[in-house]
Amino acid sequence: MRKLRNRLVLGSLALLPGSLPALAAESKILSPTHMWNEIWTEVLYDLLLIGVPFGLAALYMMIRYRAKSPGQVGEAVNLSPAAVWGWILIPCALFLADDLLLFGKGWTLWNVQRVVPQNAVEVKVTGHQWYFDFDYGNGVTDSELVVEVGKPVVLRMASDDVIHSFGLTEYRLKEDLIPGRITYLWFLPDAPKETQVDCMEFCGTGHSQMATKVRALPTADFQAWLGKHKSASAGDLKFASQSDGTASK
Amino acid sequence: MTAASYSDAPAHSGGGIAAWVFTTDHKRVGILYLIGSMAAFIVAGLMAIGIRLEQYAPGESGFMQYFVGDIGKQMTTGDAYNTALYFHGAAMILGFLIPGLTGFAANYLVPTMIGAKDVAFPRINALSVWLFWCGIILALLTFVIPDKPDVMWTGYPPYAIKTPGNTALYVFTVHLIGFSSILGAVNFITTIVYMRAPGMGWNQLNMFVWSILTGLTIQLIFVPILAAAVTLLLLDKYVGTGFFDSSRGGDPLLYENLFWFYSHPAVYVIFIPAMGLVYDIVATMAKKNIFNYKAAVYGGMCGLVVISGEVWIHHLYVAGMPNWLRIGMTMTTLLISLPVGLMVLSLWGTLYKGAITYNVAMLYAGLCFVLLLFGGLTGIPLALVSMTVHFARTSFVHAHFHFIMALFAAYAVFASVYFWFPAMTGRTADNAVSRLAFWFNLVGTQLTFWPLFIIGVDGMPRRYWDYSAEIVGAERSANWTFYHHLSTYGAVITAVGIFLMITGWVYSAFWGAKVGRNPWGSKSLEWTHASYPIGPGNFDEPVVVSAEWTPYNYAK
Repeated sequence: MRKLRNRLVLGSLALLPGSLPALAAESKILSPTHMWNEIWTEVLYDLLLIGVPFGLAALYMMIRYRAKSPGQVGEAVNLSPAAVWGWILIPCALFLADDLLLFGKGWTLWNVQRVVPQNAVEVKVTGHQWYFDFDYGNGVTDSELVVEVGKPVVLRMASDDVIHSFGLTEYRLKEDLIPGRITYLWFLPDAPKETQVDCMEFCGTGHSQMATKVRALPTADFQAWLGKHKSASAGDLKFASQSDGTASK
Repeated sequence: MTAASYSDAPAHSGGGIAAWVFTTDHKRVGILYLIGSMAAFIVAGLMAIGIRLEQYAPGESGFMQYFVGDIGKQMTTGDAYNTALYFHGAAMILGFLIPGLTGFAANYLVPTMIGAKDVAFPRINALSVWLFWCGIILALLTFVIPDKPDVMWTGYPPYAIKTPGNTALYVFTVHLIGFSSILGAVNFITTIVYMRAPGMGWNQLNMFVWSILTGLTIQLIFVPILAAAVTLLLLDKYVGTGFFDSSRGGDPLLYENLFWFYSHPAVYVIFIPAMGLVYDIVATMAKKNIFNYKAAVYGGMCGLVVISGEVWIHHLYVAGMPNWLRIGMTMTTLLISLPVGLMVLSLWGTLYKGAITYNVAMLYAGLCFVLLLFGGLTGIPLALVSMTVHFARTSFVHAHFHFIMALFAAYAVFASVYFWFPAMTGRTADNAVSRLAFWFNLVGTQLTFWPLFIIGVDGMPRRYWDYSAEIVGAERSANWTFYHHLSTYGAVITAVGIFLMITGWVYSAFWGAKVGRNPWGSKSLEWTHASYPIGPGNFDEPVVVSAEWTPYNYAK
């Protein structure tokens, strides 16, 4: 009980005006979602840059080099040894340069996606056939993921039965829930909105129905939600501790 | 050797059933592979139509159960849909694409392209085709047993162990087809290494022969790993071991690692031979030598063999693997662009200064350029782990691998049937109906998969039969419905094209217009030296090739 009380006190400290500078620091947190969208745009340009010349070249040659008469044969293109190596090394160097460019961008984003900010709020997620449940600590649980806008959230995830996957589609993130292993995922709810989380790994009959809401609430609403759930779970706790007490006596 | 000893070679010209059942002739074995793999293709294709119709609109269509033979509607829509997905994936990959390429095409073409009268081990060859048929029959039992398998083609535990569905049927199907394909790999590798016509050097081989040599090398190395993985699955489910059970010291991710350690290379067992067929068709129809042959063979095909086993983690990008491993395999996955890039340049370059005529096979080969380009490009974002944390398990992935692997290889197989039809039958299947079928197939498959790319970027989950508002959100559900409509229309158009194509083959085999020897003007041995249509022993006299000979020597 003392432990729980301490946690509640510490938790409420975070709400004091004194913690405002900390919030300001948080606003500088890079959002993996925004970065994903930016890099996707760049990747699309990259694909166009490669795709358009190759597409046009194929189309051009398919039309340009049609046989003019039956029996016509193509002109042999025999490469000198230098040309053979040129046609290997130059394209490979170009492809490799593009690979490294993309790899660099991808790695930068990966480091943001996988390095959890220190002040992230932790929520435990458990997958079941066919629903998710969320444990916010302090006995607060829910079947929806409710988070506070502007606060990074880290999900510590596992599964109760088979492999599921936590598809935070609109945040451009996902990670599997695996029995016997704790995986993690963090995201930054940047605006008040209601989105979906879908199970993204095949898990049986109800796979297509395994979905719930992610509600990102402004601080005031989030506190109201938390207060409601706390009092509800505090009632549960009292009952639990009473029965616990009698049992131990 | 005399001509007489050549026609002594396995003579199987009889038309009776026994002559086909007991045949050891590689060409008949090839035809048996074609029949078996087309049977798998047709049933798995029907499943695809069922899947598309179910996804036509959000909510239940009400007829999914009929597609999997559950006439009494005992199953839920979810279970029926999952069975259809299982059969579509498993049968298309293990029953159609791999046997279509390394069974049918390899059997028919490899010995005739290298100037051999048969494969190295004709009786083992006959054994492999019948093992394959047993596998297909076992897979088709799905539709008559009550506990239909529903484990997808991947069979991931713990689901595959906990499901009431019949995982054993999946495992035994993999065993039979896997065993068949190991025997096939040994046979063809031996044949290519030891039975080439005298004088035929490594740089004079048809691209398709190289593609089979490299593709089956991958198969020989990696199939045993798949067999081990599914066998452990079988033991876990029916004997009570705990290899994949985390509560008893096992790990479900062990299976995913073993499975993809085989199944990513398996993509190249499909891709390389399909590429080989496209090369041979394009070079013949453009009357051109292969551009930068050595780069495509030693850099491209051999390069893919080398890299195939180092990239499998990209199938586990969101499966809880260590962060360093995921970013490390992002780099190896990106490096696939080098061998594939060399093959693409070589294929594109083969058109350069050609003299192209378009028969229906060449039309399909042209479609393969499109599929290769878009399928390959969409693989680039999927190589990046940080992009794929969003794309994984969306219809973007689904559309990507259909382009680069499923459709690319399927159309390469279909093109090869049209292209070598005269060699097989003395008749042509290239007529107005087959061209009409081609346009249906082109429009149909593009219309099926472009919408899936688009809604995949928006996050449409794979393997969902329902995408109602309460599941994916009201806005997305409404937007996606339009794209699913388009995609389903595309599937129906493709079905018409495939129907016209297959009926066209059957009709043409018996009543098609007769054509003379070597109608496409090829320089390859199966056209220039083999008997026409290719008969027992393949060649009337032993083939010897000169140092200058290549199958692509058109300009001389």
